[in-house]
Amino acid sequence: MKHHSFHLSALSIRLLLIFLTLLCAVPFLVVFINSSHSSLEIIQKFNLLPGDSVTDNYKTMQSLVDIWRGFVNSIVITVPYTILTGYFGAMIAYGFAKFNFRFKNVLYAIVLVSMMLPSQLTIIGFYRLCLNLHMTNSYLPFIIPGIANATTVFFLRGIIEQSISDSMIEAPRIEGCSEFGIFNRIVLPCIMPGVATMCIFNFVASWNAYMGPLIILQRKELYTMPVMISMIKGLYVTNYGAMYLAIAISVIPIMVVFAFFSRYIIDGLTTGSEK
Amino acid sequence: MIQPDARQLPRKKPRRSTLAKDRYGLLFIAPFFVVFLIFGLYPIISTFQLSLQKWDGMMPAFSIGLKNYTRILGDQVFYLSLWNTIRIWLGNAIPQFGIALLLVAVFTFSKIHGKNFYRAMFYLPNLITATSVGLLFNLLLDGDNSPINQLLTALNISGAPISFFQSKVLTSGLVSFVQWWMWFGYTTVIILAGTTTVDKSMYEAAMVDGASKPQTFWRITLPLIKPTLVYLAITSFIGGMQLFDVPLTLSNNLGDPGKAVLTVSMYLYNQGFKNFNYGYSATISCVLFLLIAGMSGFAYKAMRSKDGMYKL
Repeated sequence: MKHHSFHLSALSIRLLLIFLTLLCAVPFLVVFINSSHSSLEIIQKFNLLPGDSVTDNYKTMQSLVDIWRGFVNSIVITVPYTILTGYFGAMIAYGFAKFNFRFKNVLYAIVLVSMMLPSQLTIIGFYRLCLNLHMTNSYLPFIIPGIANATTVFFLRGIIEQSISDSMIEAPRIEGCSEFGIFNRIVLPCIMPGVATMCIFNFVASWNAYMGPLIILQRKELYTMPVMISMIKGLYVTNYGAMYLAIAISVIPIMVVFAFFSRYIIDGLTTGSEK
Repeated sequence: MIQPDARQLPRKKPRRSTLAKDRYGLLFIAPFFVVFLIFGLYPIISTFQLSLQKWDGMMPAFSIGLKNYTRILGDQVFYLSLWNTIRIWLGNAIPQFGIALLLVAVFTFSKIHGKNFYRAMFYLPNLITATSVGLLFNLLLDGDNSPINQLLTALNISGAPISFFQSKVLTSGLVSFVQWWMWFGYTTVIILAGTTTVDKSMYEAAMVDGASKPQTFWRITLPLIKPTLVYLAITSFIGGMQLFDVPLTLSNNLGDPGKAVLTVSMYLYNQGFKNFNYGYSATISCVLFLLIAGMSGFAYKAMRSKDGMYKL
């Protein structure tokens, strides 16, 4: 008797999970399927299987705007930004974790507060800064702030305090290794998994950034992927196949990153929130 | 006589090396503060300064006192955008926490095969570029021949095809839905992480005392993960108040129809970069900043003091 009612609720749970999974997956499936159909096929019926118009869509897409240009531009910003967040994030976290100096707590409080600042609300000041530095139409305003990524510092400080013992630093110090050498050769390799996790998050955040590039980059050939995507509707008008294909191309890098690193990503989210 | 000297000698050495090495600590953290001063603090000060000025981006800015602030007090569009932003946030935050808590309860109390797969699937939409998501849902919904309308027509739903983006209520609801779609998985993953810190023996003790699963969840799990929930609520509020990408790409940059999904961030963007009223745009930022800081602080305090009362 008891078993029976349990089965029913198990079924409804299963249905809920399947429904939510479909809700998350189907929009992406529609994008990939429709990117291989002609615009006519797309407005005539709901397509369930891939079509054969992917090359035509590709030609239309590229003839109106060079999507790969946006792709490359996004990579040119995202990769150096991500490397800076990882390297400097680890270095700054190491400074806070293993050294004692005056005002350390005050300085760390500044790091924590900067984590909560709603950055989008200082966009006018950011724009004025870029004007003053003659950095409009430059990628530097999006790359250099990678050095001061508070979340990465916060996360890696916890990891260093847990996994690097003082003796691991003292031993090479006695043997005459320089302080930077200790960081580069001992600390950084030891916390590499944590650094990689944060780098994945920072890569995604930088890849998806929209308002900053929209404001600072005025020359069309400098547009990043999200800026291009937001302007596609006006450019492609009724070329639906080309639009779906462009969305698919913008989504693929994130999908690939997620397919390989989903465990790291979710574990990273998890450990980050436990602290 | 020799004793104290002998004790001091070995002590002196590490102390001096500690001082020398601690200077490196400052060196290691210096890059953060150099970059933060330029790209973090300067924009904040500059935005506040501009909120007291008039600036069109070409001519030098000049001070106009509190004029921008008196203007915003009577600005109906600002109030509308603020209400839109809050409504859209409530419309996605409430179902987001509801579904997330339901999923957490399911994952905690039933043995689900493929838990990690579901977690990953639900979290995936959160990683996708928000502009792509907005455009994608626009393509899926907009027009009589959109895939969703074809589906609704095929299912003989009355009223189909629906002109989603002609209706204020539907457009606003859809922005909330897309935000929910992007964030319910994230919320679930974070709350689940919070529940792993709950001691398993507490559940067993509750079961032994005859508590049902829902009772255990409401009375034991929820109070214990309250800090996680407060953290999520505050960060969700801070993010929700800055909503920009999704309504802009799902609708257009005016938040049509009839400014139904014009958010504060969109309004400040339009005031600055479309109308070249950078000073007024900065004022909108400052007012929203104060509202966010005030509300977050208030929420944090309220939760804290309530906790205290429970303890009494």
